[in-house]
Amino acid sequence: MTDTQKALVPRPTALELFDGPVTDASLRRYLEGIPGIDAVGLEQRAAGLGTRSIKTTSKKRALDTIIGLIDLTTLEGADTPGKVRSLVAKAITPDASDPSTPRVAAVCVYGDMVPYAVEALGVHHAKGTGSGIQVAAVATAFPSGRASLAIKLSDTADAVDAGADEIDMVIDRGAFLSGRYGQVFDEIVAVKEACRRSDGSYAHLKVILETGELNTYDNIRRASWLAILAGGDFIKTSTGKVAPAATLPVTLLMLEVVRDWNRLTGEKIGVKPAGGIRTSKDAIKYLVTVAETVGEEWLQPSLFRFGASSLLNDVLLQRQKMTTGHYSGADYVTID
Amino acid sequence: MSFLDYAPAPESTAILSLKSDYGLFIDGEFVDGHGTPFSTISPATEKTIATIASANDEDVDRAVAAARRAYDKTWSRMSGSDRGKYLFRIARLVQERARELAVAESLDNGKPIKESRDVDVPLVAAWFFYYAGWADKLDYAGAGANPAALGVAGQIIPWNFPLLMLAWKIAPALAAGNTVVLKPAETTPLTALLFAEILQQADLPAGVVNIITGAGATGSALVDHPGVDKIAFTGSTNVGRGIAKAIAGSDKRVTLELGGKAANIVFDDAPIDQAIEGIVNGIFFNQGHVCCAGSRLLVQESIHDEVVDRLKERLSTLRLGDPLDKNTDIGAVNSAAQLERIRTLSDIGESEGADRWSADCVIPADGFWFPPTIFTNVSTSHRIARDEVFGPVLSVLTFRTPAEAIAKANNTPYGLSAGIWSDKGSRILAVADKLRAGVIWANTFNRFDPASPFGGYKESGYGREGGRHGLAGYLKPAGSARAVTASPASDSTDSVITTTKEAAK
Amino acid sequence: MSRLAVPKTYKLYIGGKFPRSESGRTYEVVTTKGAFLANAAKASRKDARDAVVAARSAVSGWANATAYNRGQVLYRIAELLEGRRAQFIDEIVQSEGVSTAAATRQVDEAIDRWVWYAGWADKYVQVTGNANPVSGPYFNLSVPEPTGVVAIVAPQDSSLLGFVSVVAPALVAGNTVVVLASERLPLSAITLSEVLATSDVPGGVVNILTGSPAEVAPWLASHADVNAIDLTGAGALDWVDLEIAAAETLKRVLRPEGGADPAAPSLDRITALTETKTVWHTKSLI
Repeated sequence: MTDTQKALVPRPTALELFDGPVTDASLRRYLEGIPGIDAVGLEQRAAGLGTRSIKTTSKKRALDTIIGLIDLTTLEGADTPGKVRSLVAKAITPDASDPSTPRVAAVCVYGDMVPYAVEALGVHHAKGTGSGIQVAAVATAFPSGRASLAIKLSDTADAVDAGADEIDMVIDRGAFLSGRYGQVFDEIVAVKEACRRSDGSYAHLKVILETGELNTYDNIRRASWLAILAGGDFIKTSTGKVAPAATLPVTLLMLEVVRDWNRLTGEKIGVKPAGGIRTSKDAIKYLVTVAETVGEEWLQPSLFRFGASSLLNDVLLQRQKMTTGHYSGADYVTID
Repeated sequence: MSFLDYAPAPESTAILSLKSDYGLFIDGEFVDGHGTPFSTISPATEKTIATIASANDEDVDRAVAAARRAYDKTWSRMSGSDRGKYLFRIARLVQERARELAVAESLDNGKPIKESRDVDVPLVAAWFFYYAGWADKLDYAGAGANPAALGVAGQIIPWNFPLLMLAWKIAPALAAGNTVVLKPAETTPLTALLFAEILQQADLPAGVVNIITGAGATGSALVDHPGVDKIAFTGSTNVGRGIAKAIAGSDKRVTLELGGKAANIVFDDAPIDQAIEGIVNGIFFNQGHVCCAGSRLLVQESIHDEVVDRLKERLSTLRLGDPLDKNTDIGAVNSAAQLERIRTLSDIGESEGADRWSADCVIPADGFWFPPTIFTNVSTSHRIARDEVFGPVLSVLTFRTPAEAIAKANNTPYGLSAGIWSDKGSRILAVADKLRAGVIWANTFNRFDPASPFGGYKESGYGREGGRHGLAGYLKPAGSARAVTASPASDSTDSVITTTKEAAK
Repeated sequence: MSRLAVPKTYKLYIGGKFPRSESGRTYEVVTTKGAFLANAAKASRKDARDAVVAARSAVSGWANATAYNRGQVLYRIAELLEGRRAQFIDEIVQSEGVSTAAATRQVDEAIDRWVWYAGWADKYVQVTGNANPVSGPYFNLSVPEPTGVVAIVAPQDSSLLGFVSVVAPALVAGNTVVVLASERLPLSAITLSEVLATSDVPGGVVNILTGSPAEVAPWLASHADVNAIDLTGAGALDWVDLEIAAAETLKRVLRPEGGADPAAPSLDRITALTETKTVWHTKSLI
């Protein structure tokens, strides 16, 4: 283990589970001892869940639920304070024509944009409480994660200092794929520690696995366990910069890990599919998958999020259709 | 209100334009039957759907005569490519009327619309497409060059997959050049009669396919009819046994797809979540009304508790109810009689000392329903571990070693199917080698495909349906003046040629 | 001075051993002219029962031998038959009353037919199996495998050729057999059992009963541990009753054959006593 271990501790339940120190070797033994995934069966189950037909009142509730679970996201090199302020305005008032529209869960931005997001939110900023809108920042040399640990930690601390309530970190996929599970583990532990605020509280940590680069379902399952063992509060599929991003089978698989962790420890871990979910129809499939896999208790912002940008407007169009009875158009929702 | 209380999403029945009465389909037309008509009801509501004609002996005679005429005058003289084109037409018409057929099937049978829509009807079209292409390639079917059809095939199908079983029977028979008299099950005649309309739309020559409805007596008359060259039957082992006896000494050939008590073997290294899905699909698909259902779960002792816990949790998410609701997972049991059998065997299971657990489902007031049920603490000697329940009832047994799993799996007079769940390829192949069953699913269950032969060992019947092997039961070698007697193991590429032995009885 | 001959005692062949009938019964085998040839054991239903037990216990070893090995073992029998040509010819001349030339033709054809079947052992699976292109992510293969224990009523009007024609194809796939030899012409079958006993065929793979098929066949047809019954030589029996009895446990049934050469060699005779097993396996890169 690296030197950082001295100061750092993983999730306490992990230590109980391992009955001793968490090492590269013990992680390997543990992760490789978890039952495998049959890809064909997993994808068929996901496809089956995707055939649920959500109508009328259920659909209305689903649409509102989706909005409340969105991390409204802008992660572009071209982001500016103005763009972020616009995003925040949309987060606060998704549909000006219908004040009953719920607000999104969070806005998700690069670390240097956090101050502008915090400022723009003003009173609507949740600051880690249950009501209001959270500010999530991607960190740790997002999206590639290719930087020294020191840079990743300061990237994280910087965003937290600026007022980020949630940190979306990326794991070192290179280390994971070359079997250095201990290194990936230590980094997550260290980043978690970097999420600690001066008052002793922690920013919520979402661990991005970048499932498109991990490639196999067995890898994704092991990485999910690894992230949870190390102390992640959420496991998140993707940066949105690599294809494929979130898919229903991958999300189902991660929900199954979360369900199994809950069965094992009683702890509740969140799941965030991100990237590629653009339509209400798709998002509803995710809601069904959550509800039927880990239970509908997970359909709340502290346990499930959509990392998305264009999804919100599609949901609003659907919502308008349900309210008015006729189909709406792109010009009747704001672009951000 | 729970999100999981999905609002009703019923498939509309407006697409159906059913008649109040259906006759027999003989020689290309609907005609009156001369037996006592009967009603077909929806098992979900017990409401009558339509009145169905019943074929008596004379009607059967008429149907066989029509099939013989069509064979002699039309079908046996037609080129293979033209026969194939008719089958392609039928496949397309099935696709075009897929929604209507699915709704009718769920209405009449009680199976969930998501199954009739996503499994039954697509497979029906696939079956006709597959065999359509064989019609002009029979030289490659394994019976030698220029093989000949057998003549008139009498086909009797069950109620669990009414239209799909019709396709399994009719498509290879017609491709091989036979004509057909088919009897659908008494409780599920509806889609076969809609299929007769499709045949009219396809302009299939009159008499090539005749559909006669009725009960067991109609079936017996067909089996015993001297004008029939081939019997193909899917149904219970008892009836199959009777058919095998009835045709003894005749020149009739026979294919039988009978009962099963399949073992679904879960090893400790199985992909557990997929195995759970496979177990659920194995026994609760189509309310367990599946001859190849994985009704005996053989789970390695070390993971027994975990598997049972996960299974119960999963079963609690299944939705039982209106078959036409798109979100229904478990539909209605097909008939009052079948429900009674399921209840009786389940009660016996309890009285024999097994532990019964049923999912907490709201059972509708009308119709025939049985909740997904698991028996644990089951021994190999219990009747629920030996008798085919043909319902949503799973018996859980344990094993300690692969050899024990194989021994327990094979310890049954049946031999239709089996499942193996393991991450270890070499073990899967070795276990598959040793299981005495005609279809083995490794890390999956209840998959069907027109290209894949299906059929059982031992008392699960003989012959194979599907694939190249499925043609063997409808072909004989060219130029044979001698009768082809049954090699009932008609998965052989053809039969043994013999001189005619006159029937001694 | 002429030597006093040592007559042979003809016995049953069960489980690799040569027992007398448990019933103690024998019957006279005579020439076509009615002259005494030998006493043969007259098998009882209990002998049939013992033979089925022996056959069942031999299934797994024989069926699981490699196809190459089964082919070699069967070919070895042809070699041994060749070595006993003179004895077979002599017995056939005596019991069938045919010319030496005709007996020679029969023996030669029987040996050649055995060689032909031996060569199928490692090929019939390739010819009758299938890779099935199912529409889905599955590896799907259909392969034939032996049905198990096969009871056979051998052709009754042939000493050796008829016997070989029904026994050899059943053995190719890995079945074990209980054969009711020709009642009138059993000597070749008994001599063949001596060949088998000194060959590499495991005991129990071939079990040979002499006596009355009419008496014993019903017990085999109704025996629940018999998987298939080949009635090729049962034309003169109440074979419809045998077929009905066999239907009780859904046995595979081959109906009687007559003619000059019943059970003429064909691949179908092999596959008729096999079961097609189809295995689906999921496949995925990820």
